[in-house]
Amino acid sequence: MSSRPHPLSGVAAVAGIGATEFSKNSGRSELRLACEAVLAAVADAGLKPSDVDGMVTFTADSSSEIHIARNTGIGELTFFSRVGHGGGAACGTLQQAAMAVATGVAEVVVCYRAFNERSGERYGLGQADRPMDTSADRAAYSWMTPFGLATPAQWVAVFARRYMHEYGATSEDFGRVAVVDRRHAATNPAAWFYQRPITLEEHQASRWIAEPLRLLDCCQETDGGQALVVVSAERARDLPHPPAVIRAAAQGSGADQHMMTSYYRPTISGIPEMGLVGRQLYGQSGLGPGDMDAAILYDHFTPLVLPQLEELGFCGRGEARDFVADGHLELGGRLPFNTHGGQLGEAYLHGMNGVAEAVRLVRGTSVNQPEGVSHVMVTAGTGVPTSGLVLGADG
Amino acid sequence: MSAPQPVSDDRGTPGAVAGGGSASGAVADGGSAFEQVADDVSPSGPVAVDGYEERLLAFTGREIVPPRPGPDPVNAPMIRHWAEAMGDGNPVYQDEEAARASGRPGIVAPASMTQAWTMRGYAATVAGRSGGPGSEELAALLGEGGYTSVVATDSEFEFHRELVPGDHVSVREVVESISPEKVTALGPGRFVTTVRTYTDQNGETVAVQRWRTLRFRPQRRPTPPSPADTPETPPEALRPRPAVNRDNAFWFEAAREHRLVIQRCAACQALRHPPGPCCPECGSFDWDTVEASGRGHVHSFVVSHHPRHPAFEYPLVVAVVELAEGTRLITNLAGVTPDEVEIDLPVTLDWLDADPGLSLPVFRPVAQEDHH
Repeated sequence: MSSRPHPLSGVAAVAGIGATEFSKNSGRSELRLACEAVLAAVADAGLKPSDVDGMVTFTADSSSEIHIARNTGIGELTFFSRVGHGGGAACGTLQQAAMAVATGVAEVVVCYRAFNERSGERYGLGQADRPMDTSADRAAYSWMTPFGLATPAQWVAVFARRYMHEYGATSEDFGRVAVVDRRHAATNPAAWFYQRPITLEEHQASRWIAEPLRLLDCCQETDGGQALVVVSAERARDLPHPPAVIRAAAQGSGADQHMMTSYYRPTISGIPEMGLVGRQLYGQSGLGPGDMDAAILYDHFTPLVLPQLEELGFCGRGEARDFVADGHLELGGRLPFNTHGGQLGEAYLHGMNGVAEAVRLVRGTSVNQPEGVSHVMVTAGTGVPTSGLVLGADG
Repeated sequence: MSAPQPVSDDRGTPGAVAGGGSASGAVADGGSAFEQVADDVSPSGPVAVDGYEERLLAFTGREIVPPRPGPDPVNAPMIRHWAEAMGDGNPVYQDEEAARASGRPGIVAPASMTQAWTMRGYAATVAGRSGGPGSEELAALLGEGGYTSVVATDSEFEFHRELVPGDHVSVREVVESISPEKVTALGPGRFVTTVRTYTDQNGETVAVQRWRTLRFRPQRRPTPPSPADTPETPPEALRPRPAVNRDNAFWFEAAREHRLVIQRCAACQALRHPPGPCCPECGSFDWDTVEASGRGHVHSFVVSHHPRHPAFEYPLVVAVVELAEGTRLITNLAGVTPDEVEIDLPVTLDWLDADPGLSLPVFRPVAQEDHH
């Protein structure tokens, strides 16, 4: 453990969280969802919109900070930034905010994400019919879509197949992740799948989407918005809620990184970009895997939860299926996981709802609150350049 | 104002299939020589007989639709309907003042409506009345060759002036070329290119359209295979187009010639795929290519079921194949059912001419090929 604290560790904290309802058809514009979530988060922090001077979102978001600021009474902004790579951005927005607060560039930074991902543009339908231009980002799809490889489920399936081959994992091993998610969602009134748990048998009976992925391996699609307010840890102590201190915040892009299709690396059964994030999180926080009292791991598709557990050091390579089967992700286990129900159970908010759940875990207000949570790890999108956080209780 | 508009390359129509798949306005428009599509002809079709080629090529340069005025003059109500349907809110189409403010004498018709003014409408189309005797004759001759299905592939427009209410547009269609028979994923077929000249009430040309269709003998696609279930219809759409740019064009051009190439750094000889402008090993921007041996094995794969894209048959096998040279690529597997695919399966290169504009490397199991 480092004796000299990392300059980003412990400097900033999440003081407010706010969300819309999670639905399949919001009936409102994405901008309105963003405004509602931002105002809710600012109110939760005990602040006024005019206190906000920084905003961060995803490059994928359709509502620029200026539209939200103009509509909600947020005045001047001294910091505004966006993070790329879809769901990989989630924790990265908090990292941006923490860096801005730590350097004095801004004092109150709102991170937000809002979309009508179910009633509007559905990511699950894939890239096949998206317009083609000649940019490098778009040309990257040239190696996939002409062959019919166009959807996130398919991209993940290629990794999953190889992981099964190398480590003997099975569809049931993936299914156990879904069962935990849905069990936790079943007791979360905010979750889409509230009171609707599933069994492993139901998982195994669900139809193929992209073998080896079944329907119940794939997260839902959601309309909604989520926002979080980051201030200095010092200021957070004067605000209504116990601070969720940002002990570490990191991004990671691996060697030979592609968007969801890093199939060209020597081995594709791991997620090296997540390993890179994990090493930074432990380095910044001075903590280790054994110090994590809960984890919110990105679960757009169940198979990539397993290598995440390995990359983050919760178990050895190839051992995640046993780690899961042994019940360590349950509320009474070593690493209570996705206590809100995850994206499979609560909502697909591009990982931002998971960050909010980590804040609740630190506050002690999760609907599935485990005993004695001091530190929570949160991860963002898998298969893409990604990010992670360690949030901790104050003191 | 009647400033000429830039040439518009209207690629909105490819993918519209009639005969073997869904009919579409792009194909069934009143001016097309190919609006009569006989779905009831045997899919294999008759084989061309002696002299067929000559009779077909005799159509080159021939007028198949004589100058024919559209049913209605250019008028504001139809412009309004079009703008509504297309969601085109440009005020110069509907607002006299805005049109004048743009330097025009008044409202104009959208350029892309040009063809619409000459369409004879739904009733005439379903009644099967063709555009003219020449057009009927060509359709019959193509039918004789078994080319009973049609897919639109290109529509290029050159606009000479904007149309205004009161203009009355006529169209004349002349065959420009008929290609030799080509092998396509839809089946063997010929590309028929015609030139449609749109003129106004004074006989002045207002637009010229180069219209290309593929007339083909529908058949089952050879690859990628599906297991027991065989397709009842050819695919309803073309495969998604690659985004071709300066960094990857060489690969797709080589593929068109059925050559699978791998980019090689000219300085350090390292191979790389997918290609890029700069060598990650040594930083050199100089590169050439080597032709792959075509041997490889399956590194991983997915058997895809949902969602379904109309260009593909499902379950669809997409594989990551590692070539003998060491690079990997995403591809399809042919000649193998999904349940026969496994990691490390040895495979060898084959080619899929998915459609006239797209050839792709696919792979089939080595053992199967050796038996052939």
